[in-house]
Amino acid sequence: MIQNLKSYLRYGSPFIWLSGAFLSIALMMIAGLILFISKEGLRAFWPSPIAQVELNDGSKVLGILTDYESATANDTAKYQFRVGNRDLNGLDFRWIEATSIKSILYPKDIVLVEREEYGYLIGRFESLVTRDLQEPIVNNRIPHSVISKTEQLRSQINEIRKTKIGKINQKVEANRLTLKSKIDETTRRHITEENLLLESEYRVLSTQLDQLETSANQASVQVRIDDGRAMDLKIRYIVRYFEPNNLNLWGKSLIFFSRINEFLSSQPRESNTEGGVFPAIFGTVLMVLIMSILVVPLGVIAAIYLKEYARNNLLTRSIRIAVNNLAGVPSIVFGVFGLGFFVYGIGGSIDQLFYSNALPAPTFGTGGILWASLTLALLTIPVVIVATEESIAAIPRSQREASLALGSTKWQTITHIVLPGSAPGILTGFILAMARGAGEVAPLMITGVVKLAPSLPIDSTWPFFHLDRKFMHLGFHIFDVGFQSPNSEAAKPMVFMTALLLVLIVISLNLAALILRKRARKNLGGSTF
Amino acid sequence: MVNERITDSTTKNATNDNEVISIQNFNFFYGPTQALFNIDLSVNQHTVMALIGPSGCGKSTLLRSINRMNDLIDGAYVQGKVMVNGIDIYDKSCDVIELRRNIGMVFQKSNPFPKSIFENVCYGLRIAGITDKEFIEQSVEQSLRDAGLWDEVKDRLRENAMGLSGGQQQRLCIARALCVKPQILLMDEPCSALDPIATTKIEELIFNLKKSYTIIIVTHNMQQAARVSDFTSFFWLGKLIEVGKTEKIFTNPSIKITEDYISGRFG
Ligand SMILES: Nc1ncnc2c1ncn2[C@@H]1O[C@H](COP(=O)(O)OP(=O)(O)O)[C@@H](O)[C@H]1O
Ligand SMILES: [Mg+2]
Repeated sequence: MIQNLKSYLRYGSPFIWLSGAFLSIALMMIAGLILFISKEGLRAFWPSPIAQVELNDGSKVLGILTDYESATANDTAKYQFRVGNRDLNGLDFRWIEATSIKSILYPKDIVLVEREEYGYLIGRFESLVTRDLQEPIVNNRIPHSVISKTEQLRSQINEIRKTKIGKINQKVEANRLTLKSKIDETTRRHITEENLLLESEYRVLSTQLDQLETSANQASVQVRIDDGRAMDLKIRYIVRYFEPNNLNLWGKSLIFFSRINEFLSSQPRESNTEGGVFPAIFGTVLMVLIMSILVVPLGVIAAIYLKEYARNNLLTRSIRIAVNNLAGVPSIVFGVFGLGFFVYGIGGSIDQLFYSNALPAPTFGTGGILWASLTLALLTIPVVIVATEESIAAIPRSQREASLALGSTKWQTITHIVLPGSAPGILTGFILAMARGAGEVAPLMITGVVKLAPSLPIDSTWPFFHLDRKFMHLGFHIFDVGFQSPNSEAAKPMVFMTALLLVLIVISLNLAALILRKRARKNLGGSTF
Repeated sequence: MVNERITDSTTKNATNDNEVISIQNFNFFYGPTQALFNIDLSVNQHTVMALIGPSGCGKSTLLRSINRMNDLIDGAYVQGKVMVNGIDIYDKSCDVIELRRNIGMVFQKSNPFPKSIFENVCYGLRIAGITDKEFIEQSVEQSLRDAGLWDEVKDRLRENAMGLSGGQQQRLCIARALCVKPQILLMDEPCSALDPIATTKIEELIFNLKKSYTIIIVTHNMQQAARVSDFTSFFWLGKLIEVGKTEKIFTNPSIKITEDYISGRFG
């Protein structure tokens, strides 16, 4: 008996079981997290039915059931409905006491309209009003010709507003800066003339724009909402509309995927609580890539110097300790450093030297994606240095000797033998750095992330890479939408979806690096006997 | 008795054009500890010199002093001269890279690079900056033939060298050393990690290589020393005790301690 117990303990069975159990708990926690945020996020994309609630006083409310609170000692049971029509009701949500409800129906003819402004509109379509006619709408269906015409007008408006007028503004700004600098009389006259030309061009465009706007505004739908009021819905503001209670599974799936597509590929609307997060995805990925491009070479070079060339004396050892400790410094401290050193220090000097015309408006002397990436590179460099140093140390001495004995220099041995051999270790460092950098928000908030960036850091205007621009980031988006927005209740699914997306992006970036590492390992080959 | 050095007349007379390596009054220090004491040794062209002696007597140290591999060791320093082709290799003007290119080395444990077989063999040419593809391919084939490995690997030159057997790996390392066409080949117990068949192959190889290379080989195996070498030198506690023609050392050594060692009474 005692013997048995002893051998049981000697083989460590309880500890093996224990470690297995802890591993499963950890895995379950991760899986649970991902499941939870996916469920909470994706739920909002699936079209929910709209209830028509008839109250005891005879009035009707249209809304999506979102929450239920059971009765407590001093409160009756309550239902929460998302009633939409924020422009008319002032609120998106409404609590209704269970006792005051007479009946709940799900009529098929209710329309849910997603708009560019003011969130959902819930009601029934009555008639279509265009410039020349007013006709009743049957089956809640707006004729395709009207929609496509509005679509056309909208893209024309965008073309003029964003591209044409934007170009003129750029030129005017450039001319203003040139006029400020020292130039001779003839050029000055030239520029003034050009400015006049641009001004008249602008006037033409803006009248054109006005006309387009008026004709776009002319098409609208009369909508009857639950309390009997009629309202005018301009067709140009419709993002999508459908009858949630009249959809089969296929129709619901179509809506689901169209919403996901919008989420991934379009701009945010309504102070970020609706629409897509494309700029934030773009910003996050681009920032991580720039950071990697900066951090890997810097870290590897530093590690090579520390390991191969620096003497192993007190100075080297203290540098190594300092590097290791750097990894433990709170990230916001790096943010403050980045703001002081990169943004104000280097960025300020760049502005003084190269963009002095634009001052006092800063170009590089304010937060931007380059500075944010550099700050993150600084934050993650210890990880790369430590991983690289370890993998360099793991290169067998015999291989270095073989290389040197063949008449190679130390540098050739490093580039031909040491670095290829430590590539998997370097990639490990790179993966760790990326994982840390992609999830970091605090230092970005003061070095270049904004709530809403007017344009992406890469676009079609010269010089294509605008690394001085501010950018959007998924991590900051979560914070902003979830905690800083006036309508955070309606934006809750957005928070979960953005979180899910951030997790997925970090995972896929890591996977890519893992595959790279596997390749590198394979190239090194395993030894056999 | 031990301090008295007996030098065979053959070696002495060889101080002529034929002499490739000449070690003169050489001392080696690992920091405070001296590993080699007043070594005098010369090696003639196209001969095989075997270094024998008990473990820790300084054979590897001496071998690695000839291509200055000991430069890598912190705190190590030398006194005396090692002349290769009449040039003092420890002189400041000596180009270590050039020297090592001229002196190939094969280590105790085979150490191929984790690269393809082809890349392993042509490594020396590549780092020497040679880019002529045809020349590289010819040299690789020739050195693999010289190392007796060509027939075994000719169909898998692009495969990773780590997939070869121990004996093949060691012959690959020899081919790699031969590919840069060195004049001298240093071998530090090249067979100690190999099975008897692989050992025989490498011994045959050494015998053939003697025609075009000057070889210094460290070995623990008396029979091997007797089989492959023309000259043998016996080391003990960092000192060169006796050097001479292999037959003489093995049949009729002048010094008792050599005889004791060879007959297996210690070591
Ligand atoms: N890197 C080193 N640092 C200090 N002492 C060393 C080093 N390498 C070898 N030695 C010492 O030098 C002596 C000779 O070693 P070595 O030349 O390797 O002997 P052998 O190859 O004949 O067995 C030994 O006493 C050994 O302990
Ligand atoms: Mg040895």
